[in-house]
Amino acid sequence: MTYIQLSYGDLALPALLVVMDGVLSLVLRLKLEKQLAIATVRMVVQLVLVGYVLTFLFAAVSPLWTALAALIMVLFASREIVARQKRRLPGVWKYGLGAACTLLAAGTVTMFALLTELRPDPWYHPRYALPLLGMMLGNTMTGISLGLDVLTNSLVRERAAVEACLALSATRHQALLPVIRDALRSGFMPILNSMAAIGLVSLPGMMTGQILAGVEPVDAVKYQLLIMFLIAGGTGLGTLAAVLGGAHLLTDHRHRLRLDRIGTEGSS
Amino acid sequence: MLTVSGLKRLHLSVSFDLQDGECVALQGPSGVGKTVLLRSIADLDPNEGTVKLDGVLREAMPAPAWRKQVTYLAAEPGWRSDIVQEHFVAWDNALSLVKRLGLPDDCGPWSIQRLSTGERQRLGLVRALMLRSRVLLLDEPTSALDSASAAAVESLIAERVSNGTSVVWSTHDNAQARRVGSRIFAMRPDGSIEEHRP
Repeated sequence: MTYIQLSYGDLALPALLVVMDGVLSLVLRLKLEKQLAIATVRMVVQLVLVGYVLTFLFAAVSPLWTALAALIMVLFASREIVARQKRRLPGVWKYGLGAACTLLAAGTVTMFALLTELRPDPWYHPRYALPLLGMMLGNTMTGISLGLDVLTNSLVRERAAVEACLALSATRHQALLPVIRDALRSGFMPILNSMAAIGLVSLPGMMTGQILAGVEPVDAVKYQLLIMFLIAGGTGLGTLAAVLGGAHLLTDHRHRLRLDRIGTEGSS
Repeated sequence: MLTVSGLKRLHLSVSFDLQDGECVALQGPSGVGKTVLLRSIADLDPNEGTVKLDGVLREAMPAPAWRKQVTYLAAEPGWRSDIVQEHFVAWDNALSLVKRLGLPDDCGPWSIQRLSTGERQRLGLVRALMLRSRVLLLDEPTSALDSASAAAVESLIAERVSNGTSVVWSTHDNAQARRVGSRIFAMRPDGSIEEHRP
């Protein structure tokens, strides 16, 4: 495998493109220059840091450090899920449900891939485990946050219909089923759309990366297919767990709809 | 017999008995808590106190079984499906009630949206009556109806009452309260009820 290495100096010219955006913002008074500057600095710092962290992890190949890195990734993912909700879940579940479901879904499919298909040695080798987990987290997170958002919003909107069912002696499961279905459908939409468009409209980043690094396109495609299958499975698992969990939290053992448990939007 | 003792929800604190085949009218200004009381008896909101039907605590059975016997009907019933007849286990069995309340008898395959507010309110009543509950908690069941339709509803409920169904009927219409209720419960702003004879 051969690939063209970049030095930090090579990045100076492309970075001018961001400066161009900044100039545009100033000239057209878009008032984006401050945000743009902060986002650029954040991106550079985060990526460079992560480069060094991964270098350290790949050298250490320690199950403990790898697990710690994975945990931090899950925590950031659950924070991102909460930030995308218009209405928040109660108490510890605000973060807990998202965190538990991303961990369950992304963790399960990542382990599945590591133990059955990729089989690196050792199986927890961070070079395989962390990028894989990262891709799973990014995608299951989208499904979970969409599913939860549709669940809570539909329950608020369809409150009269759901309560009419409950009053007519439906169980909470029967009463919420149409809303649960809608939420699951929404959670699945992004992965369905990206599966349909992949290869025609978009070349996925991972595959492009492998091709740039000198991997044969057909081999890169196989890797990408593996990833897409894993994402599809992980999104299904995670969205299902999150939506069912959310529906459980927003009803109680006496089959009541408990919208009083939803907090309204706080500043994120 | 429905026994409500020490029922507490928000500012409400209510006790009363309701005999089989008895209809009481529930009155009071808007916002005083009539809906809250009816919903609490049906256990649709968290509340404290003992509520029994024939001496059996509601907590002794699953909530859906309780609501099958003690059924709350909202003033503006909700609809989970857009098709009228999908709200009924057996639409044909509901037809006689549908006709009796003056709804079009071919409305089964219609969209709910096609019905007027008053028609939806009557359809909601038919849907609730299909359960043949022991106790009906009717929340302003004729608020959107003209006087002819309201009279049809009153006579239908009176029939159920004479067959042993108990009813709590909340209404803003004093004349209606005196017509339908053998007793009148006036709800006060402090959350208690005061009993009158019509």
